[in-house]
Amino acid sequence: MSAVHRLRSNAGAALAFSIIVLLIVVALVGPWFNPNNIESLDWAHVAAYPSLTGAHWFGTDRLGRDLFARTLEGMRMSLAVACVASALSLSVGIAYGAVAGYAGGRWDHLMMRFIEVLSGLPLIFFVIFLTVIFGRSQYLLFLAIGAIGWLTMARIVRGQTLSIRQREFIEAAVASGASAGRIILRHVVPNLLGPVIVYATLTIPQIILFESFLSFLGLGIQEPHASLGTLIAEGAGEMEAAPWILLVPGGVLAVLLVCLNIVGDGLRDAIVGPESAAA
Amino acid sequence: MTPALDIENLSVHFPNRDGAIAAVREASLTVLPAECVGIVGESGSGKTQTFMAVMGLLSAGAHTAGSVRFGGREILGLRASELNRVRGSKLTMIFQDPMTSLTPHLRVGIQLAEVLVNHSHMSWREAEKAALRALERVRVPEAQRRLRQYPHELSGGMRQRVMIGMSLLCEPTLLIADEPTTALDVTVQAQIMEILRAMRQESRMAIVLISHDLGLVAGLADRIVVMYAGRVVESAGAADILGRALHPYTAELLKCVPDLSRPRLERMPSLAGQAPSASSAEAGCAFAPRCSLAGERCRSERPLLRDIGGTAHQAACHYPLPA
Repeated sequence: MSAVHRLRSNAGAALAFSIIVLLIVVALVGPWFNPNNIESLDWAHVAAYPSLTGAHWFGTDRLGRDLFARTLEGMRMSLAVACVASALSLSVGIAYGAVAGYAGGRWDHLMMRFIEVLSGLPLIFFVIFLTVIFGRSQYLLFLAIGAIGWLTMARIVRGQTLSIRQREFIEAAVASGASAGRIILRHVVPNLLGPVIVYATLTIPQIILFESFLSFLGLGIQEPHASLGTLIAEGAGEMEAAPWILLVPGGVLAVLLVCLNIVGDGLRDAIVGPESAAA
Repeated sequence: MTPALDIENLSVHFPNRDGAIAAVREASLTVLPAECVGIVGESGSGKTQTFMAVMGLLSAGAHTAGSVRFGGREILGLRASELNRVRGSKLTMIFQDPMTSLTPHLRVGIQLAEVLVNHSHMSWREAEKAALRALERVRVPEAQRRLRQYPHELSGGMRQRVMIGMSLLCEPTLLIADEPTTALDVTVQAQIMEILRAMRQESRMAIVLISHDLGLVAGLADRIVVMYAGRVVESAGAADILGRALHPYTAELLKCVPDLSRPRLERMPSLAGQAPSASSAEAGCAFAPRCSLAGERCRSERPLLRDIGGTAHQAACHYPLPA
């Protein structure tokens, strides 16, 4: 049974996957159906209740900005951060890990010690440091999160590469005169995609969470742009007077994270097999 | 005539915490063009490691000494990029286990064609045509369909044929077959040996056939080299080895070849004792502890490989068996 088939037959994962797709579609096309934009202030409705019949479906925040528009913006931003940062950590991590694992010996040793030094850096300190030097921008945020994410990815890839390198088809490929670069690209990397995809889906929620955390601290996305993290930070201030300002983006984030985790687990079961899930 | 392969005093050892494991000790052997040489010995006799050294496939910690010349050119210790000019094209190797020697996620046709794209700089289209011809050459039925299949869809015998076909793509001058049939059924084994025999006649390449099975080697080899504890102990024409072995070890090995025409024995004949560990220092002949003919001299002085009874027959023994 193929991995795709196994994933489809997992009802929970299939449902979670459909919810994620739905959320992404809504985040992308939603603004066309919403007359309100993210920054216009509606002085007539400040901190209005959510109402599906009124002008603001999800209500407004304390400046009278439409919460539906802002939540969609937050989802787009959070998903963009997740995609860019995981693509970055994926590409750097795979390249670095595969080279270290395949080269082995002294190179492997040096490259892995370098990773250990980097992962010893305190994360928040690193991000603050970058913001101080380069100023606050969302691209910097992508970079900073990606720059941290590839460390673990490289470790996983290296471990997988070490075991693949022992397989006989690698020896056969060497004997057939293929160069080291060709062997890594054609014979090693495709064989480690399974665990890598699984790990990547499980890191996306972590990245979204971390972005929210940074934005909550004021290090991430800047006004008037919003991410789910900044919206939640804003809502937390009005929690007692207008709880929906917190609950709407918070609920969306929770649904997104739970679905991503379920899909990640389902993918792992489908690709790697549930028996190795404990490992 | 330049030999296809000339190994001279090749040593391979793996340093470890308490000294070194000597897998191959000063082994010398020559393979002439279009000649088939069988390499025979027990597990751990160094037969595979010798040719791993030739192919540059030793694991990273290995130390080598001596010389390996392929077509007159020194190839021992070459950088991988240099070695790749001949490795896989003119000097090829097939392995024991065809089940795991093909990359699982690539179609058979792509794996075959890639060798040609890599070595002969053919276009993919050309290479795929050549891959089809290669499969037909090693008598893979429905070759066209097989090209589009993945390795797991083929049987073991079929995969070994694919491996042989792949090794022949660039018209090699030397094919090293390392126990090519050990992992296969007896009937499939016979088919694979038949293909090797046919390929040899067709393309006049030299073959090195590594095996622990003297009977199997005898069916194909012109010459047989017997290895023991990392050394060559006897080397002669196949008929000479089978008919009048000079080294007591070879004679014992021959007794262990099962023969269906002989009356059935209570027990399979086997060689008493164990091969010496590759980490032990040697004094005298490595086979002396297991040899019924060994004398005092065998335990103190190592016998050198020397011509005995004609130039084509060499043995490393102080007291060779009477011819």
